[in-house]
Amino acid sequence: MEERLRRTMMFVPGNNAGMVKDAGIYGADSIMFDLEDSVSMAEKDAARMLVYQALQTQDYGDAELVVRVNGLDTKYFRNDVFAMVKAGIEVIRLPKVESAQMMLDLVKVVEEAEKEFGREVGSTHVMAAIESARGVLKSLEIAESTDRMIGLALSAEDYTTDMKTHRYPDGAELDFARKMILHAARAAGIAAFDTVFTNMNDVEGFKRETEYIHQLGYDGKSLVNPRQIDWVNEVYKPTKKEIENALDVEAAIEEAHQKGSGVISMNGQMVDRPVVLRAQRVIRLAKAANLINEEGEYIEE
Amino acid sequence: MEIKQTALAGTLESSDVQITLSKGQGINIDLNSSVEELYGKQIKKVITDTLAKYEITDANVKVVDKGALDCVIKARMMAVIQRALGTADQPNWEVL
Amino acid sequence: MRKVNTLKNSVGREISDEILEQTGYKPFETTKIGHPEVTYTDHKVRVTKGDDKLVDSLEKVIKDNLKDGMTISFHHHFRNGDFVFNMVMDKIIKMGYKDLTLAPSSLTGIMNDKVIEGIKAGTITNITSSGMRGELGEAISHGLLKNPVIFRSHGNRARSIENGNIKIDVAFLGVPNSDRMGNANGMEGESAFGSLGYALVDAKYANKVVLVTDTIVDYPNTPASINQTQVDYVVKVDKVGDPDRIGGGATRFTKDPKELKIAKTVSDVIVSSPYFKQDFSFQTGTGGASLAVTRFLRQAMLDQGITASFTCGGTTSPIVELLEEGLVKKVMDVQDFDKGAASSMKSNPGQAEIDGSWYADPDNKGAMVDQLDVAILSALELDTDFNVNVLTGSNGEIRGAVGGHQDAGTAKMTIISTPLTRGRIATIVPKVNSVTTPGSSIDVVVTEVGVAVNPARQDLIECFKKHPSINLMTIEELQERAEKIVGKPEKIEYTDRTVALVEYRDGTLIDEIKQVKD
Repeated sequence: MEERLRRTMMFVPGNNAGMVKDAGIYGADSIMFDLEDSVSMAEKDAARMLVYQALQTQDYGDAELVVRVNGLDTKYFRNDVFAMVKAGIEVIRLPKVESAQMMLDLVKVVEEAEKEFGREVGSTHVMAAIESARGVLKSLEIAESTDRMIGLALSAEDYTTDMKTHRYPDGAELDFARKMILHAARAAGIAAFDTVFTNMNDVEGFKRETEYIHQLGYDGKSLVNPRQIDWVNEVYKPTKKEIENALDVEAAIEEAHQKGSGVISMNGQMVDRPVVLRAQRVIRLAKAANLINEEGEYIEE
Repeated sequence: MEIKQTALAGTLESSDVQITLSKGQGINIDLNSSVEELYGKQIKKVITDTLAKYEITDANVKVVDKGALDCVIKARMMAVIQRALGTADQPNWEVL
Repeated sequence: MRKVNTLKNSVGREISDEILEQTGYKPFETTKIGHPEVTYTDHKVRVTKGDDKLVDSLEKVIKDNLKDGMTISFHHHFRNGDFVFNMVMDKIIKMGYKDLTLAPSSLTGIMNDKVIEGIKAGTITNITSSGMRGELGEAISHGLLKNPVIFRSHGNRARSIENGNIKIDVAFLGVPNSDRMGNANGMEGESAFGSLGYALVDAKYANKVVLVTDTIVDYPNTPASINQTQVDYVVKVDKVGDPDRIGGGATRFTKDPKELKIAKTVSDVIVSSPYFKQDFSFQTGTGGASLAVTRFLRQAMLDQGITASFTCGGTTSPIVELLEEGLVKKVMDVQDFDKGAASSMKSNPGQAEIDGSWYADPDNKGAMVDQLDVAILSALELDTDFNVNVLTGSNGEIRGAVGGHQDAGTAKMTIISTPLTRGRIATIVPKVNSVTTPGSSIDVVVTEVGVAVNPARQDLIECFKKHPSINLMTIEELQERAEKIVGKPEKIEYTDRTVALVEYRDGTLIDEIKQVKD
């Protein structure tokens, strides 16, 4: 599967016309239109129509487009999936996933819709939100449930309730879930998204949490407000040293290519595959943070 | 198609439109919009086009527009039509 | 239909021959002022030792000094908390005066009803102002006033008073304090508003100067922004203003993510420009987004250890905070937009009161705006020639003010900060409804989707190219993007009749605004 940056997944309430209209302007890596918790029961049909129309007509740039549908056990689920597949959504996010079977149930409906609307079978990706103790413990089987999987997301509100606790500033209550989900995602070769941080007044707390999940190895974070995008990107911005090293590795790869050599070496030492992969990721992040110019040089800020 | 009940969709928030659909004779549109001078004709066109797709020929449409884009007007029209037809849970995939 | 002969001025606006003949205006040509030799007008002085100045009766002052056909002036520093304008105009209308020219520094919403009443009564037959909003703008756009309103920038108003194009017979100037001789300032008293900037030119050039105040203080009163040598009468009234509505309270720092994104980009543009260096100068506007620019700019100044030599124009609390932090050395203050800025003037020696001429007048020996590096301005509309409209709304009706827009446009880098669309209204359009500030004044346009630089500024384009965080687009791309979002609007229909003339700051005619068809 193609590697893409998924630092920021911005939630957009699916029935809010103004926010749906403006979702593309903030530079989120992924935009997640929500048909679930942010939409009242009475407006489920209207939100579905609104997101459907917006997906067909609005320009969201390079962002990966995700929709959170209502749960498998709701009467909205099937219509949500059908409408979104017809609109050509890239990723469907299923809430409250606790087993591989739930993802397979989703995929069955997705495939039905793909066939109905003449979309290529397999073209719609899926991801799972893990919101319970069972979900966390089953995260590997969920991550490996289908080829369509692109990621796992931790959803802390329901999870902490299930764990008979609530959120604390230090995040100790999420430690096991965070690490379990991240390992499952990495083992399956898919992305891992950290949970939302809802207190917009606690900017320092947000930054601290983002630094922590960045250190763990998360791809990024789900966000409730566009203002959080810059803050996350700042944390994911590689350092000058990392960028210069990555550029050296890239040059060494180029040199090896030119020589027709299969062995990449730098300063007389062989460059391992992990080093190459890390360098490639650093360069992707550096480009996204506008730290590399057209000529591929580091830009002093 | 025949309207079964009066229905309402959308909100009065900025960039949205609130539409009320009720039984009528022929199509009557009562439009109130902050951008009527600029987009009145276009808004009415989206409304009549959407009604035509659902083959609705008799309806009163009350529209309070707060600067909604065409795609929003269309989405709200489809929602209000399905509600008025009593088919909100069975979307018409052909029209969509 | 009657055939109207027109000519196009240098921003492509059609000006009718009839108007040019009747008014003697020259069409707008260029933003360059050059070095013309101009003559300032004289004014009459009624000599007195001053013992007869303090009076109680506004009627008597009006009766003794005002005649039909005269020009009267007011300032708008009390903003929407103004009691003086309505109090004086009400008496003038009731006393049956006719054919007056109303020449205030601007008209705020609270004055609208009284102006409309005055027009209907035949008391007001001519108006010149920086702008007008709400019901008044709407009524004028639909033909309420026979003679066209003349819109002038703050700098041009000062210029026009100096050269006699606006010949003020009686200036009614509300002040929050005065002594019995007419020494007054705007900084003290219950209805303090800070700088008296725009009123100072009236005090200097009007034939009769009437101060209206609710607070008589001991003689001699200092600091005296207006002093006793200029004042004919001091009228004591009950109340000159509503303190709660003068500043409208502190403008809140915006939390709107779109406004914040634009503000951050404006700050990035400034910081990436060659003008961001030690002792640079800048002017920001009012409103939440402007305050956000100030906050982002503050951080950049702290990060890079740069301080500014001055800011000018309308002053807000965040600007005063920069002064107090030492990040800005001088605040050259012509008016104050909030209570914090208004009340800090008396305690901050670095917050200097300047008059409208010093601030922005093109026809003097140098104005603050001529020394300005960076100006951040707003727009109702901007077109692909970079022409800006800050006067008429998307439906063609008057609903804005020239303010200092044309004047601050002379800055070395003038930035227009605006969302690409407001609701369903495009801000970047193929042609603006009316031109207020010519495109040649505008250097950079910042929107939430990208930044467009005037092609005349290749130096800035080259400079911003080195900063990939600035998403450069052409103005045409921005316009197309906006149209793609909102669709193509229908054309506004106008009649042949001219309801307003828009002067450029040098007194040439940059546009005429037509009556909107009902």
